Amino acid sequence: MTEEKKERKPQKRSDKSPKKTPMREQPPEERIKNFLEVPFGYTEKEALLEAERCLHCRRPFCVEGCPVEINIPAFISAILDKDYRRGINIIKETNVLPAICGRVCPQENQCEKACVMGRKDGWDPVGIGRLERFLADWEYANGRETPKIAEPTGKKVAVIGSGPAGLVAAADLARYGHKVTLFESLHKGGGVLVYGIPEFRLPKSIVAKELETLEHMGVEIKYDTVIGLTYTIDELFEMGYEAIFIGTGAGLPRYLGIPGENLKGVYFANEFLTRANLMEAYKFPEKADTPINVGKKVITIGAGNVAMDCARTALRLGAEKSMIVYRRSLAEAPAREEEIHHAEEEGVEFHLLTTPLAIMGDKDNNVIGLECQECELGEPDESGRCRPIPIEDACFDLECDTLIIAIGQRPNPLVPRNTPNLKTHRWGGIIVNEETLETSIPGVFAGGDIVSGAATVILAMGAGRKAAKSMHEYLMNKDKKA
Amino acid sequence: MFEIVRKEWLHEVIFLIEVKAPAIARKIKAGNFLVFRAKEGGERIPITVAEYDRKKGTVTCIIQVVGKSTKLLSTFEKGDYIQDVVGPLGKPTEIKKYGLVGIVSGGLGIPLANLVAKELRNAGNEVIGMVGARTKELLVWEEEMSKYCTEMDYCTDDGSFGMKGFTTNLLEKKIKELEKEGKKFDMIFTVGPTIMMKFIAGITKKYGIHTIASLNPIMVDGTGMCGACRVTVGGEIKFACVDGPEFDAHQVDFDELLMRLGQYKKYEKVSYDLYLKECCGGKQK
Ligand SMILES: Cc1cc2nc3c(=O)[nH]c(=O)nc-3n(C[C@H](O)[C@H](O)[C@H](O)COP(=O)(O)OP(=O)(O)OC[C@H]3O[C@@H](n4cnc5c(N)ncnc54)[C@H](O)[C@@H]3O)c2cc1C
Ligand SMILES: Cc1cc2nc3c(=O)[nH]c(=O)nc-3n(C[C@H](O)[C@H](O)[C@H](O)COP(=O)(O)OP(=O)(O)OC[C@H]3O[C@@H](n4cnc5c(N)ncnc54)[C@H](O)[C@@H]3O)c2cc1C
Ligand code: FES
Repeated sequence: MTEEKKERKPQKRSDKSPKKTPMREQPPEERIKNFLEVPFGYTEKEALLEAERCLHCRRPFCVEGCPVEINIPAFISAILDKDYRRGINIIKETNVLPAICGRVCPQENQCEKACVMGRKDGWDPVGIGRLERFLADWEYANGRETPKIAEPTGKKVAVIGSGPAGLVAAADLARYGHKVTLFESLHKGGGVLVYGIPEFRLPKSIVAKELETLEHMGVEIKYDTVIGLTYTIDELFEMGYEAIFIGTGAGLPRYLGIPGENLKGVYFANEFLTRANLMEAYKFPEKADTPINVGKKVITIGAGNVAMDCARTALRLGAEKSMIVYRRSLAEAPAREEEIHHAEEEGVEFHLLTTPLAIMGDKDNNVIGLECQECELGEPDESGRCRPIPIEDACFDLECDTLIIAIGQRPNPLVPRNTPNLKTHRWGGIIVNEETLETSIPGVFAGGDIVSGAATVILAMGAGRKAAKSMHEYLMNKDKKA
Repeated sequence: MFEIVRKEWLHEVIFLIEVKAPAIARKIKAGNFLVFRAKEGGERIPITVAEYDRKKGTVTCIIQVVGKSTKLLSTFEKGDYIQDVVGPLGKPTEIKKYGLVGIVSGGLGIPLANLVAKELRNAGNEVIGMVGARTKELLVWEEEMSKYCTEMDYCTDDGSFGMKGFTTNLLEKKIKELEKEGKKFDMIFTVGPTIMMKFIAGITKKYGIHTIASLNPIMVDGTGMCGACRVTVGGEIKFACVDGPEFDAHQVDFDELLMRLGQYKKYEKVSYDLYLKECCGGKQK
């Protein structure tokens, strides 16, 4: 096993440096003019410096903080031994997409939040995400091992959706020896990783490589295929698929329900990001045919990752002023810390404790501004975050010529709508058995955002893995019974 | 990749392509549409199916060149492959026995109403077609649709064929004729330019005739994910690609739809002009 090498003994904080080894990145004034990735990643020297900061705690809280329980101290030990192959293999025991997670996981709420180093005032946690990315990038540069595949079982399985949940489910099912077909409605695979998260945060070449690996493992990917419409779940069974995984994500935009949402120049975040990322509107008109309308002053409503991505994409598409309007304070903002930090560095203006009342248009129905009201924070609400309370008479207007609504997504309704026996919650999520992730239809499993509502890449991956395991058991037991 | 098995020009700027897409041909119904992406870097554009052949596994579409993406598609010939074809998208037309049905379509709406006419006829309805175009040459595929209609009335803006005038005139005339015979349309289906559908809806509202309009907002994914295609119907936001594209015409906010259709005018022109310069030496066709 990979962990055979001796792990290190607990160490003393006093021997360590209190601050994270900084990661070099493109300077803000330069990067807002391009779509290239912002942070460069650690060099070997930097990675070793950072790995050196780990205390090797007897009880590794970081592992408990990781949704898929990566053996963090073990991979850090491997880095210190300069045995990078061992390091990446330790991560891949529980996380198949480290190059992606190293870049987009909200580490500050997970492993790094639990890290003992960071618990003392003025001390940073170990840069676990950065080290994960270092190993993943090392593997890309030094050759990847195609995962071993078990003897063919002779069973056909279908995976619907190629987001992180579907990618991982497909990879695991292939490793168990099943014949996997991955169905994707769009013309490119990766789900939110390609249509949502911008190139400057997650290079698309990484996602493309993961899809390539899947194909090497014998997974057949069928693009342009909308399950529910092109084929229904019943038809998939008729076609000989014996088990089905639904990982169709939360792609349905939420809107505010305030006046002016359909004015010209008002976008839902999904449309804005899809045009910019999936359709590559930043190459319009020379290399891509899909246009995007970005004015000089852009307002984005919301403060999650989606909102930060919109505000920063707008800058790169030529906006002179990019503003975030959010009704709570930054402490409540759901975005990753790093995204908020990068947005601030790039000059995104934050209008906090500000709630939108109405979107204003001119006589030709072009958006010209947002009517806002100041708020103060009240008691925590059911989400545990402080409730914003509008302050009477504290209304003001913000000018803009493009406005983006980024206040969340709901589960994609196409499969549930066209699958009568599939039980869902009132809010649209598919109901599953928590243990097995099996839905109300035997042989049909589901996971990721379509079950949890909009969440994170790592949770979607974890669900894909868990579902693959129970699908494998389901398929093998099915034979025994017969 | 989807092979083109037939390509014909029906008019200077209108062409027909028959595409091999067995999975789609198997299931397509009147009212569904497809999304085409001609090649890498191309736009995703929504296109209706005018006819299908389940045995051959093909779908036939009729397309008018209006900008870069349709122009690009028009350069494809028999034997060429289209990068992406997705479908069947949208909800199919509600086909049932209404009784006397009128189909009002203008311009390119004529071939787009073909399948609707066929299926309504097969469901036992009496179908009257009322079709119009700017001029005679733009009345394409109307003989195909006429097969399913007990009666076809024509009009052209310039009077070069049928009545001189618009489909609105044609419809109102027919409604009055029927009134004299003590008859009334049980349903009107309309497809064509948005402005035409708006006026048709105005007329049928006046006469209290249930009307379905097939809307054509700008779309991106066509699967309910982006919201580009949103329209206001009965005061509520609907996504035309999944909730439609057919809606109760009396509930549709046509003015908003018209306004939203114009959103990308300046970009569309840039794209088209650049393409014409690169590929066709700047000529239209
Ligand atoms: C802009 C943006 C930024 C984000 N940033 C972060 C971040 O920094 N960190 C983080 O952890 N999380 C982030 N998230 C959240 C994260 O991306 C999601 O939680 C995760 O992608 C969910 O994975 P999934 O596999 O469940 O679904 P998705 O990634 O949504 O993938 C679903 C796939 O299914 C396909 N599909 C849908 N319906 C059908 C159908 N009927 N037939 C066939 N295919 C279908 C879709 O086209 C899509 O490809 C972000 C989300 C967005 C939108
Ligand atoms: C459900 C649906 C079904 C359709 N079916 C057909 C069909 O069967 N045959 C066909 O020829 N066209 C059809 N259309 C219209 C077709 O999608 C557009 O003509 C096409 O997207 C234009 O692309 P372009 O790049 O060539 O032109 P662009 O440069 O994008 O636009 C040129 C002009 O066309 C207008 N336009 C752009 N998008 C649309 C649109 N979605 N609808 C109407 N006008 C638009 C623009 O306002 C502009 O004036 C359909 C549209 C919808 C929504
Ligand atoms: S086209 Fe994107 S939601 Fe309808």
